[in-house]
Amino acid sequence: MTTAPPVARGPLSSEPPPLPDPEPVARIQVRKLHAWFGGFHAVRDVSLDIPTRKVTAVIGPSGCGKSTFLRCLNRLHELTPGARAEGSVLLDGVDVYGRRVDPVVLRRRVGMVFQKPNPFPTMSIRDNVLAGHLLSGTRVPDPEAMVERSLRQVALWDEVKDKLDQSGMSLSGGQQQRLCIARVLAVEPEVILLDEPCSALDPIATARIEELLGELESRYTIVLVTHNMQQAARTSDYTAFFYLGDLVELDRTTTIFTNPKERRTEDYVTGRFG
Amino acid sequence: MSAAPAEALPHAAATTPSAPQRAPDRPRGRLGDRLFEGVTTALAIVVLLVPSAMLIELVGASRKAIGAFGASFLTSSTWDPVHGSFGALPFLWGTVVSSLLALALAVPVSIGVAIFLAELAPHRARGPLSFLVELLAAIPSVVYGFWGVFVLVPLLREHVEPWLAAHLGFLPLFQGPPLGFGMLAAGVVLAIMIVPTVSSIVREVLRAVPAAQREAAAGLGATPWDTIRFAVLPSARSGIVGAILLGLGRALGETMAVTMVIGNRPKVSVSLLDPATSMASVLANEFAEADSDLYLSALSEIALLLFGVALILNLLARWLVGATKGRVGSPA
Repeated sequence: MTTAPPVARGPLSSEPPPLPDPEPVARIQVRKLHAWFGGFHAVRDVSLDIPTRKVTAVIGPSGCGKSTFLRCLNRLHELTPGARAEGSVLLDGVDVYGRRVDPVVLRRRVGMVFQKPNPFPTMSIRDNVLAGHLLSGTRVPDPEAMVERSLRQVALWDEVKDKLDQSGMSLSGGQQQRLCIARVLAVEPEVILLDEPCSALDPIATARIEELLGELESRYTIVLVTHNMQQAARTSDYTAFFYLGDLVELDRTTTIFTNPKERRTEDYVTGRFG
Repeated sequence: MSAAPAEALPHAAATTPSAPQRAPDRPRGRLGDRLFEGVTTALAIVVLLVPSAMLIELVGASRKAIGAFGASFLTSSTWDPVHGSFGALPFLWGTVVSSLLALALAVPVSIGVAIFLAELAPHRARGPLSFLVELLAAIPSVVYGFWGVFVLVPLLREHVEPWLAAHLGFLPLFQGPPLGFGMLAAGVVLAIMIVPTVSSIVREVLRAVPAAQREAAAGLGATPWDTIRFAVLPSARSGIVGAILLGLGRALGETMAVTMVIGNRPKVSVSLLDPATSMASVLANEFAEADSDLYLSALSEIALLLFGVALILNLLARWLVGATKGRVGSPA
């Protein structure tokens, strides 16, 4: 504990930890990010870079602020009553908390998949895929092609192509979650945030989602919050470990799981606490 | 069946003999339970008996009028106590038209108020504002009636009705002299009276839509208004219909305020500017002066009609509200 902290924390050392590898270009740069729920300080002075076209996993025990951190990246956090955030999140160099940024436009660039599959219950499968465009009133030149393309990307097309007019609620949990991912892909975002997307799914559905993440990685910057350390190890290139609202360590996933610099990270990934 | 496992497991067999021995101290607890069950059941039966007794009484009291006029009671607009000729059409008409007019005015306002209170108002203001809206429901209807007579009726007579007649007078709806008292005044007073009922139920229905729906829409880049329109209102649709029907039920039965401003003229007229009457008003106005059995029986039959309409609407509303909750409550 007495050695110099390898991870930037506190007001005097808010420089982000340098990425261990110079090759990936940072898509998202988080600087001195704080988030609160009323009086509860959920995210404390987090600075980090999220590389483009990679999967970055965020792990940590319950209540460590990892979901809140994720929801700050597309400014969804501020919709919760009593919630607020401070600091900056640079998306391609532009602070998303800047005055000129419209959170509505931001959320089209930074899509989100939630813990519990949440297709719109009153919409058909087709309309669920097109929901982002229906909501914003965007004209889609060829909606049928977009529905097929999006559903093929999540490997759901063959399962639902004959029942596109049925309610999204008629699908299984895993299918619903893939439908929710298709809904995000149809908006053509640049970043996809996933908040424990498999925690409500069985192992087979989970495996399919993980496989899908591997396919999407080449085209999107992905941030995956997960409870499941094996999932982080299997799917991500980089892993950030959060504990009690602090970013403890961010490194290549292999490093985090085999040779972490921080004692707390090692204790957590080896199952000694959390 | 139960003996076999007891033999197979010796320690289980040892515990079974003690079970019958513990039985004697159980009846006392059971007696309390039974007493409680009996009392609550009796109270529930009383609640069932009161409307049933009312219904039977009303049917009995209306028998004479039903026998004398049959189905023509519903279609005749003659109301002539002197010659003993009664038809309920002007009252049915007045009740239905004033209530529908009230809905037409109140529903858009109520839904707007509910959306504001449930979705848009600053969180700290929601409680106090909701309380103020619900306070409108606590004002006695006679007070609304007074307000109608002294404020609304002069306003309608001097400003609104002349304007309507001048600009929309080509429609049969807005023809005739601007009297102030009439269908329009009744509709406006009723509208103000049902806004709190409808808006507070709609607010509850909107709050019952899961946060996951809102977040799904917001996460896709929906504006607050788009979120409400696509993610919140569709899920709440049948609950909103239920709230509207409950408001309609309240409007149909409202007596005092309507009686004070509707003009009490038993004639069917298309114009909203004309004085009219309603089922509840005629009961309140004429019950004390009904001097013949047939007159009294005709009034009872009007009460029976009102009872039936209100009952059907409330059942429909309940069913619709329940259907929404069931569907929204089980998203997975």
